[in-house]
Amino acid sequence: MSAHAEASHAGHPPAAHQSSRVDARTLGMFLFIASEIMLFGSFFTIYFFVRVSAGTPWPTPPYELPVFVAGMNTIILVTSSFTMHWALQSIKRGNRAGLQGGLVLTFLLGLTFLLTQILEYSRIGFAPDTDAFGSVFYGLTGLHGAHVFVGLTLLAAATVRAFRGHYTPESHHGVEIPGIYWHFVDVMWIVVYTTVYIL
Amino acid sequence: MGNPFRSEAEAFRFLLGAVVYFAAIAIAGVINAWAGLAVFIVLTVGVAWWWWHTRQHPVPRQVAPTRRSAPGERRLLVVANETVGGADLLDRIRELSAGANTEVLVVTPALNTKLRHLASDEDPARAQAQERLERSLQRLEQEGIEARGEVGDGDPLQAIEDALRTFGADQILISTHPEGRSHWLERGVVTGARERFAVPIQHVVVDLEAERELEGRS
Repeated sequence: MSAHAEASHAGHPPAAHQSSRVDARTLGMFLFIASEIMLFGSFFTIYFFVRVSAGTPWPTPPYELPVFVAGMNTIILVTSSFTMHWALQSIKRGNRAGLQGGLVLTFLLGLTFLLTQILEYSRIGFAPDTDAFGSVFYGLTGLHGAHVFVGLTLLAAATVRAFRGHYTPESHHGVEIPGIYWHFVDVMWIVVYTTVYIL
Repeated sequence: MGNPFRSEAEAFRFLLGAVVYFAAIAIAGVINAWAGLAVFIVLTVGVAWWWWHTRQHPVPRQVAPTRRSAPGERRLLVVANETVGGADLLDRIRELSAGANTEVLVVTPALNTKLRHLASDEDPARAQAQERLERSLQRLEQEGIEARGEVGDGDPLQAIEDALRTFGADQILISTHPEGRSHWLERGVVTGARERFAVPIQHVVVDLEAERELEGRS
């Protein structure tokens, strides 16, 4: 019969006290997203300064923003969140085909969004150095596009792992964490689209 | 509303909320700028009120252990502060351990004052809890009960939740002083635990003063 206290480890530093209010990996992603919100916040500050305080016309004539194409892109990106959610729900129920299908569809929809945005840049008619409006437009949409690219990289890794037989109903953090990030990217696009294109 | 990015499902629900919120503002804004502003104010106030309301009245979550014990094995989680050496609790542990291979985990919450907690001054509380835990484990060992221990979160309910995630108890024993002398009973720790955890919970009252009196007489 022996009794011992786990916290006493002679010769080793004590184990870090970890509360399970939030899983450490999810907490890491949450803190990362919090820092990302601050980054986007700084870009939105410039946007509101240029548009409200400086009184710059939005968009500067004679340029026009492709509201319809961007609206279609918004629908594509929001749909990709549904497929992402479907993928995760599938693996939670042990449905591997659903996981694989959901991840592939999410990746393809995200890629379509990114390629459409690049095409839009090539046809839009102004550049980042045209004026303050151009700088802010490319700054905000470009920052978001970079996040979509990062999200696609994470999704590609999750998709490859899904096809290699990784993830189980009990262990699927590799899908859950990119899923959280992907939803964040979608939320940010909704904010960008509403403020930059519509209002 | 808690952290909307705590899980993918919560992030997805947050996204759906964001779609509705911004779509309403955008549609109203396109019709009339003042209507857009009005919708923005109404929705923002509504969301703020809902957030405040849910924060004040949180819905209790049922937490189940993430691990299950093997057949023929029993895991007992004992949550106690000063009362872990009490005769009634030892009897109950012995009773529950009989006839099965029982693993006992004793969790002693690192109770702290609010001021120290706010100042992140946890070290003295954890050191005191560690001391109490070691004394308790020695007492259990003397009684022939094999147990290991952990210092837990200052909030007893959080300490139980933390332990359940790694230990996977079949039964929880919460030991307190008798009513009137127990801060935990006053704070509703036992009732709160029954609402929050999907594990059978037994409450053991340990009257250390009565035990000392008895020992003095004999």
